[in-house]
Amino acid sequence: MEMLNDYGIVLALAGAVLAALIPGIASAKAVSMGGIAGAGVITEDPSQFGKVLILQLLPGTQGIYGLLIAFITLSQIGVLGGNGDISLVKGALYLAACLPIIIVGYTSAIRQANASVASIGVVAKRPDQFGKAMIFPAMVETYAILALLISMLAVNGVSGLNI
Amino acid sequence: MKNFSNEKSKLNFSNGKNKMHNNKEMTDKQYIYAVARIRSKELTLFTKSDIEQLMSCRTEMECLRYLADKGWGMDGRHTSSEQILASEREKTWELLKELVENVSVFNTFLYGNDYHNLKAAIKQIYKGTETPNLYMSNCTLEPEIIIKAVSEHDFSLLPEHMRDVAEEAYQIQLRTGDSQLCDIVLDKAALDSIYSHGKASENELISQYVELKVAAADINIAIRSVRTKKDEEFLKRALSECESLDINKLTKCALDGMEAIYDYLTTTVYFEGVPALKESSQAFERWCDNLIIDFIRPQKYNPFSLSPLAAYLLARENEIKTVRILLSGKRNDISDDIIRERLREMYV
Repeated sequence: MEMLNDYGIVLALAGAVLAALIPGIASAKAVSMGGIAGAGVITEDPSQFGKVLILQLLPGTQGIYGLLIAFITLSQIGVLGGNGDISLVKGALYLAACLPIIIVGYTSAIRQANASVASIGVVAKRPDQFGKAMIFPAMVETYAILALLISMLAVNGVSGLNI
Repeated sequence: MKNFSNEKSKLNFSNGKNKMHNNKEMTDKQYIYAVARIRSKELTLFTKSDIEQLMSCRTEMECLRYLADKGWGMDGRHTSSEQILASEREKTWELLKELVENVSVFNTFLYGNDYHNLKAAIKQIYKGTETPNLYMSNCTLEPEIIIKAVSEHDFSLLPEHMRDVAEEAYQIQLRTGDSQLCDIVLDKAALDSIYSHGKASENELISQYVELKVAAADINIAIRSVRTKKDEEFLKRALSECESLDINKLTKCALDGMEAIYDYLTTTVYFEGVPALKESSQAFERWCDNLIIDFIRPQKYNPFSLSPLAAYLLARENEIKTVRILLSGKRNDISDDIIRERLREMYV
């Protein structure tokens, strides 16, 4: 058991790394989809650049949320300085705490990209409806924010546990 | 209108289905740029009010001026109506070629032109005369290759789906001089090729479009055969297989008369077209065109896949056809009411 406790930091670090990696990959893919659709609109009407840029960037936030959780986790587990002595159970709890943003971050980024691409289509045809078009992908953001909140609370909560 | 899709196609093993789903998703994502551009292009499609404006023009020349103001024709120059319409079709294909890496995804819409060119080449070689502007552009095969294949009697130059039928049609024309029979053979081959390519496309819109196209052609053939008192052999030679019609039943009904065809069609998904069919062939053609437009209209809200591009192509064809009908009506001093009856519904 003593020996297994050495692996606590590994699990905690895996959680932090995955939190930065998975939503980051998804956001890169999602922003690229928005960019491709945006390029299509700009080819025909360059004046829509500002509007499509905002829609393109909306699904990029999941990568930032993942980075934030990764950063908090790294600072809590002592990788960025401090005591890195973490039990196996605590390491596993850190990993579990990162899961909401890992899973929801990935899924919501891709889904939000689909909504953004559709909204870019709306802007192409009805530029005056940009406000409404932006709401649809923004709604998907809600779930990424909820996942961010839970991951943040859980990471902070785990750090306070004496196990 | 019921869904034509074959239930059998849904009977896939789950692994295959997942793989197909993933492939489809990947393919759909390839068209994000193209669909976004098409969304902007859809703004330039004619609406009902544009058609009304054209209708309010008193003469064909006024219509042509309106079209030129809308950017129709080459560089807005005033040319003949046919040149303007041809240049619009050309522009559509130029855009689609720019948007897709491999234009063969649209072969379903091009095979008809290939077979038209084959028909023209066989007749040109048979008669030994040259008629200008006989061949259509925008096809999968250069007309020169078709002419070479027919003139040198080397049908291996043609793609596989055309070889045997080209040889057969050529022999019929050469030995019997029966141009109508030659046309029937080639028209059926064209429909068969369009149908098989459309069904193999794995695109629901193209698949259902070819279903309707072939079924409408079969219904028209059956109606014409009753009027011209054709026999069973003719019908078997001319009708193409499709999922939504039983061509054996249609053949039998066509031999029994017009009422039998109407009765049979009321039992099919085309029952709503029977009143139009009773009215006239043109009314039925209009009904089919409007049905296609109704069917493709949801693609205006689809941000992914090839379907919005195919829908745009069909919408442009419909628009060009409507403008042609309108110009022809104005040219021949046909009353506005009659022209209006012939106009198609617009996509936007």
